[in-house]
Amino acid sequence: MSVHDSSLTSTRQNGEVSMSSGPETEQVPVFRTSDLAVYYGEFRAVRDVNVDINGQEITAFIGPSGCGKSTVLRCFDRMNDLIVGARVEGKVEYHGIDLYDKDVDAVEVRRRVGMVFQKPNPFPKSIYDNLAFGPRLNGVKKKGELDDIVESSLKRAALWDEVKDRLKASAMGLSGGQQQRLCIARCIAVEPDVILMDEPCSALDPIATARIEDLMQEIKRDFTIIIVTHNMQQAARVSDRTAFFTTEVNPESDRRTGVLVEFDATEKIFSNPSDERTEAYVTGRFG
Amino acid sequence: MSLTTPDRFGARSASDVTVRLTSSKRDVKGRAVEWTLLSTLLISLLILVALIVNLIDRAWPILSGRLGDFLSSGIDASSAADAGVWQAIRGTLILSVIVAIVAFPLGIACAVYLEEYAGKSKVAGLIRINVRNLAGVPSIVYGILGLTIFVKFAGGLTGGRTVISGGLALSVLVLPVVIITASEALRAVPRSIREGALGVGATQWETVRSHVLPSAAPGILTGTVLALSRAAGEAAPILLVGAVTGLLRTGNQSLWTQITEGGFTSMPVAIFSYARQTGADFQAVTGAASLILLILVILINGLAIWLRNRFERSW
Repeated sequence: MSVHDSSLTSTRQNGEVSMSSGPETEQVPVFRTSDLAVYYGEFRAVRDVNVDINGQEITAFIGPSGCGKSTVLRCFDRMNDLIVGARVEGKVEYHGIDLYDKDVDAVEVRRRVGMVFQKPNPFPKSIYDNLAFGPRLNGVKKKGELDDIVESSLKRAALWDEVKDRLKASAMGLSGGQQQRLCIARCIAVEPDVILMDEPCSALDPIATARIEDLMQEIKRDFTIIIVTHNMQQAARVSDRTAFFTTEVNPESDRRTGVLVEFDATEKIFSNPSDERTEAYVTGRFG
Repeated sequence: MSLTTPDRFGARSASDVTVRLTSSKRDVKGRAVEWTLLSTLLISLLILVALIVNLIDRAWPILSGRLGDFLSSGIDASSAADAGVWQAIRGTLILSVIVAIVAFPLGIACAVYLEEYAGKSKVAGLIRINVRNLAGVPSIVYGILGLTIFVKFAGGLTGGRTVISGGLALSVLVLPVVIITASEALRAVPRSIREGALGVGATQWETVRSHVLPSAAPGILTGTVLALSRAAGEAAPILLVGAVTGLLRTGNQSLWTQITEGGFTSMPVAIFSYARQTGADFQAVTGAASLILLILVILINGLAIWLRNRFERSW
């Protein structure tokens, strides 16, 4: 997978980027952060994040509120750019390319790295137009081609059977769970490389949640998925690797900063974590 | 169930509890507030009704006698029997069209810039505050501005004291109102819509054009059309710019010549002209003209509501 070219930047970095370059070099991760810290104005929201995100895996970010997991997630598609005063220090590399290099176009990044938000946010348009918006941006104009993309995306998001007879109806008329699957389908429609999910099930009931979790397992063959969740069982159920974040009180300013505590295989995090803070959190003795 | 007597609330028996629960010991203060608020509403409505009744009563000789003639005669402040409003209605409509063409796109563009592009810089904040201040500037000041800029300075382009200068002065007058209402409508578009569009790789302009503006359109339209009805009711600025008050002869000029070169008048100006004349017959003329302006403004507001409802359903 990963059709990767140099269109992210105007200047090509080190000739080419490939998933399996030399015989002795290890596989380049999809994302690698080095000493990542994010500031909102003077406030340091999260610091010292070093993670490697592998392709075709589901990585979960867990931790208490305010630990910076969503903030880190939003660095991967440059969504933090939209927040006035947000500033990123350290490095976020996407297939080896520094995402915060001044030559990198955030719009191009977001075409490759899609996002599903906490609250389902379908556009107040028809189901069809929700799906077709992204492909149209990419220059798909022919109706037949768009129809195909809409159908296949809805099928992959397990929504086709429920909406195939009312594609022209407003997306706002769908239930919460259907809306969220629509948002996932909208994301899939532009064939991204990575899908970021920011607490995608927190507004949904358990049945809708289960459907989305099944869906994630289905699509992880094609996409790298990073999910932020408050729900530890969800992380344990769906993810391959889990990062646990927590907050630390900053001695100088008395404000809380998020830190990455541990990042490992999900099984290890939940059965035999190395850090006692992780153990306290996953066993429910957090405090 | 037995009660300890008296219970914690002071009831002595079961029947006493019943009495206490059902007897109307109402919220007296709350009632008083409710009635006060209702009476203020009624007073306001009463004043409005009185105004309309008074207008109809005054205008009755015209409405019952020569309504068709009144609607088709030109402005003439020397003879109540010949006085009419058709030039004024036409003037007001042309002024409205100019305001719609000039102030709407300009104001909406300003609002889009301020809300979507300007960010939170100090300069942008200063501009926002001053747009609000401009909305509070008295209309006569905009008249002076119109006279100086559109009639004298740019007279070559506008033709001097023409309906174009008047329309431009009114456009400047309502521009801050258009900017403010459009800004508010844009601000009301949820952030999640913008994030959704940007999240699939839309540029900022694609996001604004495809999602933010359509979502804000009903609000923008309502606000701007209401600004239009304000412009239609303004007399002071166009009086200064040179609207004709006494008698307007148009002869056989084409509509285009009248617009670019000729004198113009408008409904509020016509009312002003007629109100200055003495005598019961001119009172009737003034009343009838006021009533027609009122109907015109109500029609414009109705258009605003119709447009809003239509656009809200369109997706």
